Amino acid sequence: MIGALRKELLLQWRTRTQFMAVFIFGATALLLFSFGVGPNAEILRQFSAGFLWLGLLLSSTLTLAESFHSEMENRALEGLLLLPADPRALYYGKALANWIQLTLLGWALVPVMVVLYDAGTNRLPSLLLIIALGAAGLSAPGTLYGAMTAQIRAKQTLLPLLLFPLIVPALLSSVKATSLVILGDPMHALGSWLMLLGAFDAIYWALCGLLYGRVVED
Amino acid sequence: MDYGNNRFPRTPYILIAIGVALFLTGSYFGLFVAPPERYMGEVQRIMYVHVPTAWNALLAITFALVCAIIFLFKGEFKWDARLEASIEVGCLLAFLLCCQGAIWAKPTWGVWWDWDPRLTTTAVLLFAFLGILTLRKFVDDPVKRGVWSSVATIIAYVDVPIVYFSVRWWNSLHQLQSSPETVSSQFYIPLRVNAFAILFLMTGFIMLRARLASLRLAQEVAPPPMLAEEVGETA
Repeated sequence: MIGALRKELLLQWRTRTQFMAVFIFGATALLLFSFGVGPNAEILRQFSAGFLWLGLLLSSTLTLAESFHSEMENRALEGLLLLPADPRALYYGKALANWIQLTLLGWALVPVMVVLYDAGTNRLPSLLLIIALGAAGLSAPGTLYGAMTAQIRAKQTLLPLLLFPLIVPALLSSVKATSLVILGDPMHALGSWLMLLGAFDAIYWALCGLLYGRVVED
Repeated sequence: MDYGNNRFPRTPYILIAIGVALFLTGSYFGLFVAPPERYMGEVQRIMYVHVPTAWNALLAITFALVCAIIFLFKGEFKWDARLEASIEVGCLLAFLLCCQGAIWAKPTWGVWWDWDPRLTTTAVLLFAFLGILTLRKFVDDPVKRGVWSSVATIIAYVDVPIVYFSVRWWNSLHQLQSSPETVSSQFYIPLRVNAFAILFLMTGFIMLRARLASLRLAQEVAPPPMLAEEVGETA
């Protein structure tokens, strides 16, 4: 698994232009959302958490779809499966790499959000933690569906189609937790939303790892 | 497996006929016999189809989960056909459920759509399973199609309770569920009859649709006619 993770991270490092491109895409999305609402600073600030997560979600479909692209070239996936390694190790390596990439992407989008929507916060560690947990919720099922959709035509359409309904709870709790951090949390509800997010992550990291072997086998 | 079985399937049509008869009976009781509800008036009568639809939609999706698990363990294609059939019928029922909910919500809550847990969960469920049906259309290899849609069905099914609870925390307005003990018999007779009516209809539809899926698969994997003749000659 460590080997698989190292391979993925090396690959991502060598294609960092791709990461930059996705970041610019996400930032552009954040910019465009404000045109959907209009230049009302107060409303923009209120919706900032939702915009951040929608931007990250849209960007994530690009990175997740891309993550299996290299495996499809020269049928590299079959080669990997021939290795005397558990396919689960391959899954967790890839999912961890996707998680790291999405977390970094989310963190990189925070300054853009703060500048555009005036959504500053003093609780930066909580915000970074929420982004990490939410990115974990996106990457676990995203990696599994990425493995499926990379092998078929119309992959760019199908991945979001399968992924978006599924991650509703993760999106909901991430948005809620993020907006509590930005707008203040008088009811101390942050903990329970983080619990829900953590539970979603735990369930899907376990379940998708379990089912991955069946998805890639021939 | 009976791919080549072109016998006219009698059981599903009998089930559908029973379902239609029960549905007419139940709706007669619901529309003309049962008294209007005191607070909601005539609008409440939509409950006699709404609640049975909800039960059966959940049942269809649960049956899809069972098919998915059996297919993953056994790999028999009749379970794949049943999976496809039950997801499709489940999607149809979930769509009807959303429509009936909207029709009911407009006069009662004043809006077509409300972000209530059950309504939102049904919508999410509908889109999740429509996604799986779409996935099936794009995979040409029958084995991959079966395995992937089974995996996706399990993942989507596990999501349903999580969606429900997260939306419930987020926002709630729906009526509390009533149990038969709190409802007078005039109200629950049409409810029960219609529940069985839709159950029979659903079972009939799933059987017909599963048969269709099997026949399609048989046609898909069969060698083209020319080739089949050659194989026949050499054999």
